[in-house]
Amino acid sequence: MKILVCITHVPDTTSKINFTDSNTKFDTTGVQFIIGPYDDYALARAIELKETSGATVTVLNVGLADTEPTLRKALAIGADDAIRVNAEPTDSFFVAAQIAELAKGAGYDLILMGRESIDYNSGVVHGIVAELLGIPSISPVMKLDIDGTKAKLAREIEGGKEYLEVSLPFVAGCQEPIAEWKIPNMRGIMSARTKPLKVVEPKTVDSGVKLQKFELPPPKGSVKMIPADNVGELVNLLKNEAKVL
Amino acid sequence: MAILVFVESAEGKIKKTSIEAVAYAHALGGPVTAIALGAVDKAELEALGKYGAQKVLHAADEKLNQGVIQAYASVLEKALQDEGADILVLANSSLGTPVAARVATKIGASLASNVVDLPQTSGGFVVKRSIYTGKAFAWVELKNQKKVIGLRKNAAEIKEVGSAAQVTPYAVTLSDADFATHITSSEKATGEVLLPEANIVVSGGRGMKGPEHWGILEELAKTLHAATGCSKPVSDMGWRPHHEHVGQTGVKVAPQLYIAIGISGAIQHLAGVNSSKYIVVINKDPEAPFFKAADYGIVGDAFEIIPKLTEAIKAAK
Ligand SMILES: Cc1cc2nc3c(=O)[nH]c(=O)nc-3n(C[C@H](O)[C@H](O)[C@H](O)COP(=O)(O)OP(=O)(O)OC[C@H]3O[C@@H](n4cnc5c(N)ncnc54)[C@H](O)[C@@H]3O)c2cc1C
Ligand SMILES: Nc1ncnc2c1ncn2[C@@H]1O[C@H](COP(=O)(O)O)[C@@H](O)[C@H]1O
Repeated sequence: MKILVCITHVPDTTSKINFTDSNTKFDTTGVQFIIGPYDDYALARAIELKETSGATVTVLNVGLADTEPTLRKALAIGADDAIRVNAEPTDSFFVAAQIAELAKGAGYDLILMGRESIDYNSGVVHGIVAELLGIPSISPVMKLDIDGTKAKLAREIEGGKEYLEVSLPFVAGCQEPIAEWKIPNMRGIMSARTKPLKVVEPKTVDSGVKLQKFELPPPKGSVKMIPADNVGELVNLLKNEAKVL
Repeated sequence: MAILVFVESAEGKIKKTSIEAVAYAHALGGPVTAIALGAVDKAELEALGKYGAQKVLHAADEKLNQGVIQAYASVLEKALQDEGADILVLANSSLGTPVAARVATKIGASLASNVVDLPQTSGGFVVKRSIYTGKAFAWVELKNQKKVIGLRKNAAEIKEVGSAAQVTPYAVTLSDADFATHITSSEKATGEVLLPEANIVVSGGRGMKGPEHWGILEELAKTLHAATGCSKPVSDMGWRPHHEHVGQTGVKVAPQLYIAIGISGAIQHLAGVNSSKYIVVINKDPEAPFFKAADYGIVGDAFEIIPKLTEAIKAAK
């Protein structure tokens, strides 16, 4: 079985977000980059499938050279090889078109992604890739079991879960508790250095969207503290000041 | 600029976020057609007229009672064509977002999900999206004539602007390929206020000490007609179901009021709640980081404060 895992290179979840160049560029000062947390679940499940049924796992990122340490980390976690599409991931359609281009005819049985990236938060790359390839897409997937050419999945829906069956190949956007995040061990880190990392040039895509500028939310006003013995005052404020009751 | 709005329903009722989508489309200014798939109460469909739909299409084929992503995308592609609509508006959801991705790809539309406000149209069609898990926004131009817009909760204000609409049955032809995924079963909380849609959310963290103490929190939620939520460790430990977990890696909520009880306010939790209009924090530790993100705070013991708060709200009603 051949598995493709698409990973993002995103600011650590504790990062403060700032912009430069009159709010047109992300400010990387002091920011730590990680594998997207949802992508990390996808990767962890792929590695489990590799361990249980002998799959090969390729990781893919659409990004500039600075994302290579993130791809190496995925290799250290256990992926067999990596591909980087050498382009700035400007928007979801652009990224999805690159992924579909690479996957076309490459014979992947399974394409795993995160439910969403934590920078763009689009939640659409898996759907676009699947539509471009003419295969099903399922997201957010909480459970994924493969049996021959068929898969059984659980998908989170508002207020519950849905259970599905589908034949390979398909695209899945993953989230917890599909697998436990894996931490690279020393052997993994050593072997990652020599695993293949291929760089390919992007194809030209007109995605129909263009970023104009970023904006930060207005700063929060200060909190009004209410004494614990006067809960009635809280209700009064919620009713008459905030007008939410 | 004809606009099609995909409306979702649950238990026969149109979802509030879908009514917001109709209101959004109305505010955009084109003639608005709403389309619902599967079983929905007729009166609910007619009522969409009040919020701005001139026309309501109902594809009542029972195969569409289950939200199958590819089948829904095929129906919407056809409906856009039949209606001569260039714009599809829908609410982001576990069904709406993947359907939007597929439809946009089929018709070659500019796509934006997580849109939080009406567009600026003075120089192009520019929408405001929420990014970095609620920590920032991006203004994005949708350049193609065709556009697919996915809305986050509260992107438009619901107003009564018209009267009941005529509901037209919409016939569909579905292929086997549309049903390549089989939904074998589902588990769904019924009758409860759903977390992503709720106007008020009452959320508990590790400070609640154990699942056996959720009764008082549920009582408070019931009094407020609120949904219940929790922090990640609470769902990880199995105190609460996974779909109640709020935050960076869980549900992102945008209610009028978020009440956080016994939650420390880690940045990953805040990422899921920072779009709330008002935040109340109840925590016994005055140094809890959550107070910095709150509008109102009480330092105190959850087990004393929750019952008192419930009583005070009942008294104020
Ligand atoms: C990649 C990543 C993603 C994450 N995603 C999420 C996410 O989506 N959502 C999320 O919630 N977390 C997430 N986390 C975890 C997050 O960092 C925190 O660990 C978590 O939010 C803490 O949960 P808590 O506030 O319930 O528990 P704690 O941090 O243990 O806080 C408990 C609080 O309860 C208070 N308390 C105790 N007893 C009482 C009492 N009797 N009355 C009142 N108050 C009391 C304490 O003062 C304390 O502030 C993520 C972490 C990582 C690394
Ligand atoms: N630049 C990228 N490179 C590789 N995979 C990506 C990239 N951007 C998004 N993805 C994948 O698509 C998923 C959904 O992303 P999004 O639609 O941006 O929320 C992510 O969790 C990744 O698995």
